[in-house]
Amino acid sequence: MREILELLEKDSTLSHTTLATMTGRSVAEVSAQVEAWEKAGVIRRYKAVVDWEKVDGADATEVTAFIDVAVTPARGVGFDDVAERLSRFAEVRSCYLVSGGHDLRCTVVGPNIRAVSDFVSRKLSTIDRVQATATHFVLKTHKQDGDSFTDPEPDHRLPVTP
Amino acid sequence: MKALNTTISETPPSGIRRFFDIAAEMEDVISLGVGEPDFVTPWRIREAGIYALEHGYTTYTSNAGLAELRQLICAQLAERYAAEYAWDTECLITTGVSEGLDLALRVLLNPGDEVIVPEPCYVAYEPCVAFAGGTPVRVPTRWEDGFAVDPAVVEAAITPRTKAILIGSPANPTGAVQPRAALEGLVRLAEKHDLYLVSDEIYDRLTYDGTHTCLGAVPGARERTVVLGGFSKAQAMTGWRVGWICAPQAVAELCVRVHQYTMLCAPHVSQLAAIEALREADGDVEDMVADYDRRRRVFVKGLREIGLDCPEPGGAFYAFPSIRSSGLDSETFAERLLKAESVAVVPGNVFGPSGEGHIRCSYATALPQLEEALVRIDRFLTGL
Repeated sequence: MREILELLEKDSTLSHTTLATMTGRSVAEVSAQVEAWEKAGVIRRYKAVVDWEKVDGADATEVTAFIDVAVTPARGVGFDDVAERLSRFAEVRSCYLVSGGHDLRCTVVGPNIRAVSDFVSRKLSTIDRVQATATHFVLKTHKQDGDSFTDPEPDHRLPVTP
Repeated sequence: MKALNTTISETPPSGIRRFFDIAAEMEDVISLGVGEPDFVTPWRIREAGIYALEHGYTTYTSNAGLAELRQLICAQLAERYAAEYAWDTECLITTGVSEGLDLALRVLLNPGDEVIVPEPCYVAYEPCVAFAGGTPVRVPTRWEDGFAVDPAVVEAAITPRTKAILIGSPANPTGAVQPRAALEGLVRLAEKHDLYLVSDEIYDRLTYDGTHTCLGAVPGARERTVVLGGFSKAQAMTGWRVGWICAPQAVAELCVRVHQYTMLCAPHVSQLAAIEALREADGDVEDMVADYDRRRRVFVKGLREIGLDCPEPGGAFYAFPSIRSSGLDSETFAERLLKAESVAVVPGNVFGPSGEGHIRCSYATALPQLEEALVRIDRFLTGL
C-alpha cells in the first residue's frame, strides 16, 4: 500500500483504475484505501507543481526568500509559539525549527523584493522574542521538492533498435 | 573484384532496419520499437564516468578487465543466484553482451558445428553463429506455451554435429522467462549429448514474477555453460558498451585470447562507471524495475482490452501480443500501423518464423505515451 502513496506523491492525477492495475489490486480496494488516507489526513491534499517563470516570465515572477530567524525560547513552549505565529501568515510558505546559527528557517513569498522586505521588517522582526533575522533571496530555482526546473534531457534513442 | 566473404554477404540485414528508416522520416511517431531503456543512465553512474574522464582514466585496462569490476560481478552472481565463478580465471569484461556472444561462439565452434537456437529470439543470435563458422538450427517455441522451450523439441533437433544450445531468458522479443524446469531439461540434454550452453542473461534483473534463474547455477550446467551479462538494460547503460562473460576456465581463457587480439579491452571509463553501478546504484535499478513493472501491467491490460491476446511477459521490457485477430501478417500490420497511426512496433517475424502473427512492443516508454499508443492501436484495429 505504501507504493500507492509513493505513486500519488509523484503524480496525483493517476486514476484509481491505473493505480489498481499498476499495483495488482482491485479498484475498490484502492479507492477505499485512498479515501481512508484522505479522511485520516495521511493525504493532506493534491496540488500541481507550477513553474511560474514559464507563466509570468522571470521578471514578473513572485519573489521567494529563505529567512533565518533567531528566537529567544520561552519556558514551557520553547520556540513553538513563535513558529506557530509565523506560520499563520500566508506569506510564510514553510517554517522549520533547525539546528545551527539560527532557530527557525522560513520560506517567504511576495510579489517583489520590497514586499518581502516589508513583511520581514514590519511583521516578522517585530514578533516578541525574535532577536534577529537573515534574509536570503532566491535568485534562480534549479530543483524544488525533487522536481528539476531545468529542461528535461532529450531522448537520444533511435526510433527503432534491436 | 573478387567476391567478398560469402557467409557475411549471404546474411540478410536485420528486418528492424527497414522500420527504422520509415519511422525516422516521420513526425509525431510514438515508438514502441526501441530495444533500450527510456531512462538515462542514473546520474551517480554518469558522474563516476565524468570523474574517470577528468582524472585521466583514458588508457587501456588489462585484457580481461578491471579486477575490482570482475570481483564485484562474481560476488553478485554468487549472492543473487548462487552461481560461483572465480573472478580471476573465469570472468572477463566485454564491450557489451554483443561482443560476449561473438567471443563465446567463436571459442566454442568449429566450422560446420550446429547451434540450436530456440526462436523467436534476438536478431543477432543466428548471424553470430554463422559468422563464427557454425550453422544455426532453429527450434520453434509457441506462444500458447508462453514461449517456454520444450526440451523434447530441442532433442529432436540434435544431430552428431550439434555443439551448443543458445538461449536468452528473460527474452527479447517475447519478454518470456524460461521456467526452471525447461532450463533443467536443457541441462539434462546438454549432459546427455555433451553440448555447451550459451545463456544470454542481459535482462536478469528485469524479472517481475519471481527471481531469475542463472543457468550457470543449475546443477550440472556450470562446466558446460557460458553466461553472458551486462549493464545495458538494468542500469540503462546501452551506449557505454560494457558487459561480461562468466564461463569455465578453459572457455574463459580462450575468450580472453580472442578479445585481446580483437577488442583489446572494454572502455576504461565504462568499466569504472560499471563499478559505480554495482557498488552504489542498486536503489536506482530497483526504482527503474518497479517502474517497468507498473507500465507492463498497464500496457498488457490495455492490449487485452483492445482485443489483442498477449501472453504475460515475465521479464525484459517487451510485450509480444498476437495480432492474428487482425487477419494481417506481422509485417503488413506493423507497416500499416506506422503509416496510419504513427506508432512504431517491430514485426514479430524478424525474430524468427514463430514470431509471425505477433508484434514486439517495448514498454520502455513513458506511461502517457503508452496510453496514447493504445488509443491509436485501438483506432487502427477498429478501422481495419
